[in-house]
Amino acid sequence: MRVCVRWGVCLLLATLGCLGGASGARAAPDAGELIRVRVSTATGDPVPGATVEVERDGTRIGTGTTRPDGSAELDVPSAGAYQVLLDVDTLPPASAGFRPRMNPIRTTVDEGNARTVAFRLEAGGAGPERSADEGGSTVRVAQLTLQGLRFGLLIALAAVGLSLVFGTTGLTNFAHGELVTFGALVAYYLSIPAAVSLLGVVSFTKPGLPLLVAAPVTLLLSCGFGWLNDAVLWSRLRRRGTGLVAMMIVSIGLAIFLRYTFLYFAGGETLSYPDYATQAGIGLGPVMMRPVDLVSMGLAVTVLVGGGLALIRTRLGTATRAVADNPALAAASGIDVDRVIRSVWTGAAGLAALSGILLGMGQGLNFQMGFQILLLVFAAVTLGGLGTAFGALVGSLVVGLFIELSTLVVPTELKNVGALAVLIVILLVRPQGVLGRAGRIG
Amino acid sequence: MDWSTVLTNAATSLVGLQTIVYALAAVGLNLHFGYTGLLNFGQAAFAAVGAYGLAIVVASAGLPLPVGLAAGLAGSVVLSVLLGLPTLRLRADYLAIATIAAAEILRISARSSTLREFTGGASGINGFTEPFHDLNPLPPGTYGFGPWRYHERDLWVLLVGWTVLAVCCLVVWLLVRSPWGRVLRGIREDEDAARGLGKNVYAYKMQALAIGGVIGTLAGFVYALGQGSVQPDLYGTELTFFAYTVLLLGGVARVLGPVVGAAIFWVVLSLTDTVLRGAVDEGWLTFMSTTQVGQVRFMLVGLALMFLMIFRPQGIFGDPRQIALDAR
Amino acid sequence: MTHDRSPSTPADRPPGPETLRGGPGAAKPDPILVVDGLQRRFGGLVAVDVDHLEVQRGSITALIGPNGAGKTTLFNLLTGFDRADHGTWTFDGRPVHGVPAHRLVRSGMVRTFQLTKVLSRMTVLENMRLGAPEQRGEGLLRALVRPLWARQEAEITARAEALLTRFALGRMRDEYAGSLSGGQRKLLEMARALMTSPRMVMLDEPMAGVNPALTQTLLDHVRTLRDEGMTVLFVEHDMDMVRDISDWVVVMAQGRVIAEGPPAMVMSDPAVVDAYLGAHHDAPLTGSLQEDRP
Repeated sequence: MRVCVRWGVCLLLATLGCLGGASGARAAPDAGELIRVRVSTATGDPVPGATVEVERDGTRIGTGTTRPDGSAELDVPSAGAYQVLLDVDTLPPASAGFRPRMNPIRTTVDEGNARTVAFRLEAGGAGPERSADEGGSTVRVAQLTLQGLRFGLLIALAAVGLSLVFGTTGLTNFAHGELVTFGALVAYYLSIPAAVSLLGVVSFTKPGLPLLVAAPVTLLLSCGFGWLNDAVLWSRLRRRGTGLVAMMIVSIGLAIFLRYTFLYFAGGETLSYPDYATQAGIGLGPVMMRPVDLVSMGLAVTVLVGGGLALIRTRLGTATRAVADNPALAAASGIDVDRVIRSVWTGAAGLAALSGILLGMGQGLNFQMGFQILLLVFAAVTLGGLGTAFGALVGSLVVGLFIELSTLVVPTELKNVGALAVLIVILLVRPQGVLGRAGRIG
Repeated sequence: MDWSTVLTNAATSLVGLQTIVYALAAVGLNLHFGYTGLLNFGQAAFAAVGAYGLAIVVASAGLPLPVGLAAGLAGSVVLSVLLGLPTLRLRADYLAIATIAAAEILRISARSSTLREFTGGASGINGFTEPFHDLNPLPPGTYGFGPWRYHERDLWVLLVGWTVLAVCCLVVWLLVRSPWGRVLRGIREDEDAARGLGKNVYAYKMQALAIGGVIGTLAGFVYALGQGSVQPDLYGTELTFFAYTVLLLGGVARVLGPVVGAAIFWVVLSLTDTVLRGAVDEGWLTFMSTTQVGQVRFMLVGLALMFLMIFRPQGIFGDPRQIALDAR
Repeated sequence: MTHDRSPSTPADRPPGPETLRGGPGAAKPDPILVVDGLQRRFGGLVAVDVDHLEVQRGSITALIGPNGAGKTTLFNLLTGFDRADHGTWTFDGRPVHGVPAHRLVRSGMVRTFQLTKVLSRMTVLENMRLGAPEQRGEGLLRALVRPLWARQEAEITARAEALLTRFALGRMRDEYAGSLSGGQRKLLEMARALMTSPRMVMLDEPMAGVNPALTQTLLDHVRTLRDEGMTVLFVEHDMDMVRDISDWVVVMAQGRVIAEGPPAMVMSDPAVVDAYLGAHHDAPLTGSLQEDRP
């Protein structure tokens, strides 16, 4: 065990050292939102020199011209719903007569995030000019439902961990969001080529790993980070008999420390993984989904199902559920509660890291992405029942659907407000959540 | 490295605007958390209500300053009732989550473009401070000595701010040594015991929430008038978290704890900032940029909060006997 | 169940076995507390199901029963710390079901807790002062003006110190309550309850966790309460104490009252013995009371 600790710490320090070398001078933190546009041909070749515009409520807000690599960036003033228009009259002669499948493309930008939009020109001249408004509200509902499920699945990965940590230790962990960010950022640094100096001694340029390789490595490192969390900090506080309120405040301090550490190393802009900067949506019947979103959903479902089976079928899983339900009784039955809690922390960190990677693939990553979803994760966990993993899953799906579907009646920039309001209502009306038991509270 | 700048910055931070604002916010939190045991994590919302109430009434509606202040205070009480009515029966950590959620709802709404015509959206509101400065009795000029030199406008803000802080501390002191304060402390120790002795626990908690909230609103007033503007991102959860750090640093359940905590907090941050910046400029720290210096400060805040709770939960002035008995 | 109604006895002579017949739901000559149809369920479990119960004013009534019988739940329901599903009860003739706990205290009913709830980070004297009713200084605005409440505070302090002396806690007055021993906490909680000037005192396992040396002191205090005209209802597992000081015993099992009557009669009731069979918690401390066992 001690050997593992030492290896874990060395690995972590090495990673931090590399990050330190790789970061260099960073631009000032930028809280702005932006839209990345990519225009390409049907075969994926870039289309330079095309003019793209972004509008809100019919008013033009900004324009840009695609660079030789076919990309352009459009700043937008705040989170919200926008339309991106490709001016087909400005297409270069080689692409004249080609049209994108959807033009304009409606998109929504979340607070502090970047959104990517891709125009893929199709052969065959004018296809039916489909505006995203067509298809009516049922299509929109279907689209939002799918998006809601996607978001719900991704936050479920974080929520399950948070719920199990609460169930087994009673800690309301405000630093859980930082585990999500940790995963996203570490995967980023592994996947980009960068100049690296190991603590100022050795310098080389490391290659970028494909995300397929970087991700599992990240998960391992994140599990190690979660393990360290418990080994170095939380288990010691529990042994001292520190109260739950005090531990919660410690977790807040830890969250602040980690978040600004991330800002220190990564800067304030929104980053994206090299392979996933922009992707065109593919049509699934009436709805559009990018391949990355489908992959994320599939991966999340697989991991969640696998985790669920592990909780039900394996001995460790059963022990975990026992400790989450009643730690004193579990200890009295001979279960090694400390070992269970340590493995819960390890697993929770790994799941959170996966959530971060998938979220980063879909909408870019930045130093506060975890913090931004933290309250939503709390909402999901509270709704489903603090301390139960399945409750966290159910709650996450409900929260995800609620947030997306609420944009039917509420402006997009306020979509999180609904989830937060639901959180407050749940705490008042049924604090044990949907699947929790009344006895746990107070 | 200009050491005189280092000292000047530190000296002005000791008595500066940020110290006043965070001290006021922490005095309110002291009443909530230190004396009553209420884990209110929405104090930033109370400050925001004050700042926005004042700014909207004065700038958008063009009404006089006292009306703006009254509007902010009224908003504060309304917020207390809205927040407290449902949440005061909740367990401590649930109350924390509920109050953070409420504060975030307010911040997102204030920042939104939907409400932009009222709240100014992400850029906020400015241009409402002239009526305040019109009341300044000081003739134009520079006042002060040593590192503390101010124009009459800045000095006016500081004088008013410190006066408000002193009055609040006095009121809190009178309250906590009275039987009313005793009931609060009883509730903090054991709600059921207090109930079992005939005290209407819910009413007392509501009163504590409202008064602490009003003090937080006063912090918002001072902040807005001192900065000359109101911006939604200044009133996020960071404000609340830092106010808690200030409170824990000075010592909970001590009337002057928040004041001392705020002064130390900002002096240390100022020193760290100026020294690190100087070191970077001098080339002593090659791996850091000046932007990153600002971030190091907040990393320190996070660490400080952790270490305080783990090793010295009573803060600087707290009573170690009390901590020995603290089951929480 | 038959019962004799005798003319009211003087307050300092509680009804003895010769004047009242026992049995669940027995009427009392001058009840201070009357309970009707009280029910509390937790999910499918019936915690309390009491058809009728009366507590005689000025007596010491013991509430006993095996673990899980519903005694503490009944306490919680009667004192407003839990909400009943059905039922009504009156205190001193006035209906009090649904009245919140703090208002019941003002009506004259106070309770102590099984696990003492001393206010740890306040001094013993402050604990006592908190118990005084109708304090002017507890109003928000009046609290700011010290002269408005200073005199009452002095009176309260004098009363508190007198009670502390009576309970032999006088020299601890400036200590933090959290530093008191278990037995001292029990005494403090009882003394503090008396600050509320109650007419009925409900003690939840006053002997639990108390060392034998202190038991007699506590028993004397409880007797003094009755002698001063208060009604005492207490939950206990210590059969010695029950036999020693109670005037009347109510036995609960599985949420229902299964027996009532004077101690000797109840202890030999077969239904009561059945309810307790197998439980070891009533083993006497000294082992010298074997001959009393049926």
